[in-house]
Amino acid sequence: MSVAAVTRASPIQRVMRGGVFFYVAVLVMLPLVALASSGLSNGLAGVWHAITSPVAADALLLTLWTGALTAVINAVAGTATAWVLVRFRFPGRGLLQALVDLPFAIPTLVTGVMLVLLLGPTRPMGRWFESHGMEILFAPPAIVFALLFITVPFVVRAVEPVLAEMDPAEEEAARTLGASDAAIVRRVILPSLLPAIGVGALQSFARAIAEFGSIVVVSGNIPHKSLTGAIYIFGEVEGGRPDVAAAVSLVLLALSFGLSLGARALRDRVGGRRG
Amino acid sequence: MRPHLLASSPLRARELVEDEPARPRPATLEVDVIPREPMPRLAIEPIDSDPRRRAAWTPARGIVFVAVLLYVGAVLLLPLGALAFEAARLSVAVIVRGITSAAALSALKQTLLLTVVAVVCNGIFGIAAGLVLVRQRFRGIGVLDATIDLVLAVSPVMSGLAFLLLVGRNGWLAPALQALDLRVAFAFPGLVLATLFVTLPFTVREVSYVLAEVGNDEEHVAATLGSSPWRTFFRVTLPNIRRGLTLGLTLTAARALGEFGAVLVIGGAIAGRTDTATTFIYGALEERNDAAAFGLAIVLALVSMGFLITLENVRKKRARS
Repeated sequence: MSVAAVTRASPIQRVMRGGVFFYVAVLVMLPLVALASSGLSNGLAGVWHAITSPVAADALLLTLWTGALTAVINAVAGTATAWVLVRFRFPGRGLLQALVDLPFAIPTLVTGVMLVLLLGPTRPMGRWFESHGMEILFAPPAIVFALLFITVPFVVRAVEPVLAEMDPAEEEAARTLGASDAAIVRRVILPSLLPAIGVGALQSFARAIAEFGSIVVVSGNIPHKSLTGAIYIFGEVEGGRPDVAAAVSLVLLALSFGLSLGARALRDRVGGRRG
Repeated sequence: MRPHLLASSPLRARELVEDEPARPRPATLEVDVIPREPMPRLAIEPIDSDPRRRAAWTPARGIVFVAVLLYVGAVLLLPLGALAFEAARLSVAVIVRGITSAAALSALKQTLLLTVVAVVCNGIFGIAAGLVLVRQRFRGIGVLDATIDLVLAVSPVMSGLAFLLLVGRNGWLAPALQALDLRVAFAFPGLVLATLFVTLPFTVREVSYVLAEVGNDEEHVAATLGSSPWRTFFRVTLPNIRRGLTLGLTLTAARALGEFGAVLVIGGAIAGRTDTATTFIYGALEERNDAAAFGLAIVLALVSMGFLITLENVRKKRARS
């Protein structure tokens, strides 16, 4: 980042600064302050009470474990995908690049509709799973499937630039000294990629916690079984208990923001690109 | 066998050439397929074209390669295929009838309008905020930056709820809005607020990234040569950031088009009034109106493909330049 020798802001710059602050204050800060104030209207005890009701606690736990599982799977699959994209040239590589970006372009609700079409009880795959005693749709596996779909880009796009800029000389030195492929991956490639993998995994986790549109249609939203935190909040809003919804929101938001702050700190240390 | 291996592994061939500059090259070694560069590798050379970074095929690598294709195929292509299959199964006439009902058309129109508003407002905001974040230094800049990042952590449902608490029936601003006879929640203005909220970070982030990357040397030169700030902006800054801007606006449009949770909560999905394309699909699914739900989902997916092509074009141009 080039640092400008800023002496004093010009009038135009000050107007811009003011306008930008005003826009963010009205559109982001004000509603979030309203959310925080409603969530904390019964104090921290109220928040605790809200998140420890049996249905809410199960919903939060479901959100946590499905999100964590999504992050772990992405760490492995995303790193491998980035490696394939950077190190190989093959027909269809452009298509693979585009597919990785697909979740950024497609509405999450449409993702949910696709999964219903794929796994629905009247569809071939749904029938196959059912006849083999596996419960996918309207159960946690469908939630994880939806989360994996929408979080594909994060680890891939975090790891790709780091892998592309890695000095091949290190790898070659290891190879010359007789290291096997597996040893090179473990001792040379992975250590330099770990921070970037961490950034992508934390971003996936944060994104998974916030997800609503794709899950609401595939999970069936059964309390204690397939109702996630975000959908519990939706139910409380619809049920006319906005204060409970706001209290649970604050907890999920703190978690998700904490994860993205962690990703941000890690990214600044790696010096990778924002995002 | 050995020369073949060497030739197939550009990595090794290059190392051999570079590591032994003093010794005369043995004529038998088939390494000349890789031309010797007269200069060290420069930053302007696209990374993509550097053959040293390519890997040669081995069985283990082949397995990873196939596993990646299988994973991406299962997670992304399979669901996409299910939708395409449904599109083929339902007859065109049924889909057209499903998506041309008055309610569906009104929902589509609403979404289109919201997308345009989001692109215009957050496009202008994104450029201004990018310039402020990257080109200015002042106290409070960290708060601004963190607040913009915070938006990405907010679940769509929470943003809808936050606006409901602000402009809803018992919201903070309810008395003022009532006095002015303005209806925001469960009306179009509420949809606008929610859509602007969820799409706020995209353009700022892409524009900031490019602004930081190109630096401000050219802007300084233009100013030194007597160019006015506006002229400098339109002639220097804007052309420099156009790719980042395209990327940011495309992401904004895609998110505005597909936003669901926030508009569902603040708008209430009232048919013909606050229904958007996504809330309409949701409602049609609940009513088991398959033709309308899947038909409109197919329409949105097709529009998304347009966004995706734009994203990939920008990516390719960026890799080349």
